[in-house]
Amino acid sequence: MQKPLTQHIKSDGTWLTLSEYEKVGGYQALKKALKSEPKEIIKTVKDSGLKGRGGAGFSTGTKWSLVPTDEQSHGTKYIIANADEMEPGSFKDRLLLEANPHQLIEGLIIGAYAIQASFSYIFLRWAYHLAAKAITQSIQEAYDAGYLGEHIAGSDFHLNMSMHISVGRYMCGEETALLNALEGKRANPRAKPPFPTNSGLFGKPTVVNNTETLCNIPEIINNGADWFMKLSATGEGGTKLYGASGKVKKTGLWELPLGTSLREILYEHAGGMLPGYQFKGALPGGGSTDFLTEEHLDIPMDYASVAKAGSRLGTGTVIVLDDKTCPVGMVQNLERFFARESCGWCTPCREGLPWTAKLLAAIETGDGKPEDLDILTFHTHYMAPGNTFCALAPGAMEPLQSALKYFKDDFDRHINEHKCPWK
Amino acid sequence: MAEKILTEEQVEEIQEIYKHFPVRSAACIEGLKVIQKYHRWVSDEAVKELATLLLLSPAAVDSVATYYNLIFRRPVGRHVILVCDSVSCWIMGYTEIVDHLKNKLAIGYGETTAEDRFTLLSVACLGTCDHAPAIMIDEDLHRDLTVDKLDKILDTYK
Repeated sequence: MQKPLTQHIKSDGTWLTLSEYEKVGGYQALKKALKSEPKEIIKTVKDSGLKGRGGAGFSTGTKWSLVPTDEQSHGTKYIIANADEMEPGSFKDRLLLEANPHQLIEGLIIGAYAIQASFSYIFLRWAYHLAAKAITQSIQEAYDAGYLGEHIAGSDFHLNMSMHISVGRYMCGEETALLNALEGKRANPRAKPPFPTNSGLFGKPTVVNNTETLCNIPEIINNGADWFMKLSATGEGGTKLYGASGKVKKTGLWELPLGTSLREILYEHAGGMLPGYQFKGALPGGGSTDFLTEEHLDIPMDYASVAKAGSRLGTGTVIVLDDKTCPVGMVQNLERFFARESCGWCTPCREGLPWTAKLLAAIETGDGKPEDLDILTFHTHYMAPGNTFCALAPGAMEPLQSALKYFKDDFDRHINEHKCPWK
Repeated sequence: MAEKILTEEQVEEIQEIYKHFPVRSAACIEGLKVIQKYHRWVSDEAVKELATLLLLSPAAVDSVATYYNLIFRRPVGRHVILVCDSVSCWIMGYTEIVDHLKNKLAIGYGETTAEDRFTLLSVACLGTCDHAPAIMIDEDLHRDLTVDKLDKILDTYK
C-alpha cells in the first residue's frame, strides 16, 4: 500500500535534511502548485476528501475556501500549523515533526499559497524538543534554498515562516485559544463567529491546520485528488496515522488506509493484548472520545463510521482499556486532566469538571453514593456541545458518558462494595 | 535605584522579539521564556520589568505568567522533573514511579530538594504514550520507565 505520510521516514531516527527530501521528490509539489491558480489548489484539496486530522474532521479544502480572496480583503493573512499535540494518548504528530519536517513545511507553504497568506507559523508543543531542533534547521534550509522568503522558487509569491514553542496547557490546541497564545495572551478560546478564516490572528484572516493534515498536502498536489481518495478503505480519502497505547503487545504507530477496522489495528498491527489481559474497551482517538467496546471492533475507523458508533475518530490514536484496569479509575484520571486543563473562562467547564473529578475520586475510593451517578449523568448533559465556548468540556464528557453506559456495573460495584474492586 | 533583574542583553533579546509583532504585548510569552532561560524562574520584580518593557500592567503580565504551567513563578531546582500523569501512563503504572520519586527525593509535587537539585512537578501527557510510563527531566525524555531504571537516571543529574 502507499503511505504518503511516512514513506520517506528513515529508520535511524534522524530527520530528512533538505537535500534528502529533495532527492525523494520534495518541493516538486510546491513548484507545481506555484504554477496553478490558488483556487485550483483549493479545489483539488476539497475533491481529495482530506479532513482535519486533529480531531474535528472538518474538510480542509472547505476551510481554505472560506478565507476571503485578495479582491475581498487586502492585507496580511496567516496560516498556522497546529503542532501542539496534547490530546492524552496521542503521539502521532510527533513522528511527522521529528522525522520529516520538510514535508510539513512544504504543505504549509502550499496552503499559504492557496489562501494567499504572507506569514505562517508552526505552533509547536514545548515537550517536543527534538522536533524543535528539526524544524529550526529545516526552516533555515528552506529559506536558504529559496522556498521561503521573497519570490519563492522564482515566482511572485512571498512567504515568511517562524516557529512558536508553547509553554504548556492543553487549551493551546483549540484553534482560537492557539491564536490568543500566539498573540502573547492567556490561551482562552474566542467566541465564534467570527471564525478565524475571517478574523483570526491579530484580527486577520487565518487558517489553522493540524500537522498530519498539512503533511498530506504535497502528495495530494503531486498525485491528484482521485489518487488520494482511493487510498482510503471506505471512501473518505487518504491514509491515517493510527496508534495504540495501553496493555497491547506492540504499542506504536502505523500509517494505514483511512477506515481500517479497530480489530485490524489492535490485533494485527498492535499484536493483540499482552498475555494475561483481556480487551475491555478503547478510546478510539484520544482522551476526549467516547469508549468503544468489543461489539465495535469491526467498525471502520473513519469519521462517519466511528461517529455512527457513538464516538469520534479524534486523533486516531487508540487508548486500550484492559480487564485488569479499573474503568472508573481511568475516567477519574481523564476528568482530573480535563479539570486541571480547563481555562476557567466559562462556568459549566470551570465548575462542572472539578465536580465530576471529585465525584469520580469519591466513587473510586469507596465513598460514592448511588445518587452520585445521577449527578455525573446530569453533568454530561450540562456540559454537552453548545453550552460552552469551546470543545474542552463536551470532549471531557465523552469518555464519562460512554463509561456510564458501558461500564455501569463497575460503577455500581464501587458504590455497593465501598471500594475499588480492582484494588 | 534598585538593581534590575533583566540585564541589558536580556532586554535587547526581548526587544528583538517584539519588533516582529504588530504590538509589543504579543511578545509577552516569549519575554517570559527569555527571563526563565536566564533566571530559571520568573520573580515579581521580573514581571514588573517585563510589563514596563511591553507597555502592559504587571497584573496583565502576571495573568499570562500564571496561566501557563511551564512558566515558573516560584524558584525551581537545577533540574525539573516532570512526571506524566495522563491516561496511558496511568494505565501503565506511573503511580509507582511517582511514589518512588517522592520517597527517594523526600519531596512532594511542587517541592524542591535540598541544595536545589531537583524540583518535582506533574505534567499533562508528554505525547510518548507508546512508551509509557514516561517522565521528562529538563529537556530529556525518559520512557518505558521502571523503578530500577529511574535510580540510574537520577544519578546522571548532578
